[in-house]
Amino acid sequence: MKLDLILRIGTKLILPFILLFALYVQFHGDFGPGGGFQAGVITAAMVILLAITFGIDAAQRIAPPWLVSRMVPVGVLIYAGTGVLGLLLGKNFLDYSVLLHDPVHGRELGIFMVEAGVLITVSGTMTSLFYAFAERGR
Amino acid sequence: MIAFINVALLTLLAVVTVAIVRQRSLFAAVILSGIYSFLMASVLIVLDAVDVAMTEASVGAGISTVVLLATLHLIKTTESRSVRPRILPMFVVLGTGAFLVWGTLVMPPYGTADNIIHKHVVPRYINDTIKETGVPNIVTSVLADYRGYDTLGETTVIFTAGIGVMLLLGGRRRRTKSGQDGRSP
Repeated sequence: MKLDLILRIGTKLILPFILLFALYVQFHGDFGPGGGFQAGVITAAMVILLAITFGIDAAQRIAPPWLVSRMVPVGVLIYAGTGVLGLLLGKNFLDYSVLLHDPVHGRELGIFMVEAGVLITVSGTMTSLFYAFAERGR
Repeated sequence: MIAFINVALLTLLAVVTVAIVRQRSLFAAVILSGIYSFLMASVLIVLDAVDVAMTEASVGAGISTVVLLATLHLIKTTESRSVRPRILPMFVVLGTGAFLVWGTLVMPPYGTADNIIHKHVVPRYINDTIKETGVPNIVTSVLADYRGYDTLGETTVIFTAGIGVMLLLGGRRRRTKSGQDGRSP
């Protein structure tokens, strides 16, 4: 394990930038290409790279299995919850225009929350998928 | 220039496809499918579908490759040779392929502005997205707002897939505390 020094240092250097890029893809998805799905996959890729280089235990210290497995339903709940919120405020399911006073801002907020839900579910699913396979191989 | 890029990419796609089919080592096949996904992502960029290209690169080339490699860790890594040549599957595959090509012949020419799909809801999305949602990226506004219901369904599919894999493979197996030395997977 001592011989892959370049791999380890390289991974350490690149990890924060992968996460930063994921956040960029997530929050810049309104203006450029990207969105919750892509950002979620990139976030999961960061954890997977960490697991491949430093072992799965190091990855599970940063993204514990109980957390990632709970993220899977939480994201869907945030998404559906945003939809139900529109229903409760007197419009259709998934109509975000009632979330704020200004309908345009409401829809912007709705898109933001929905994308956050997608990010949480996708990153949780992809990471726990990898954990499931990796733990099986022990 | 675009034509040259297209020809180069599609030729490479064909080469990689043949290589995947002829490959007996599953490890090489997985890596080749990753290469295929990257080429596909490049094709999608040429088609101006950057959102799809990004998804293809991250899911197809990234996560899929890693998960398939993790699967190879659990199973045998060479495909067993079939005993006799299969004629019927060959005909089924060729027939399906011929049908698909035949289907593309009646499609409207690619990129023409007066296609039916460009006349239904697309003008409204293009004209009113910023006015109605305040989001400049039409892809995002269509995915998360106008077609929010579909994306909710997609997210639920991901959720279901994750739960399925966790139930099948995860299994709360207690790890023994002794003998763990942070071995890489």
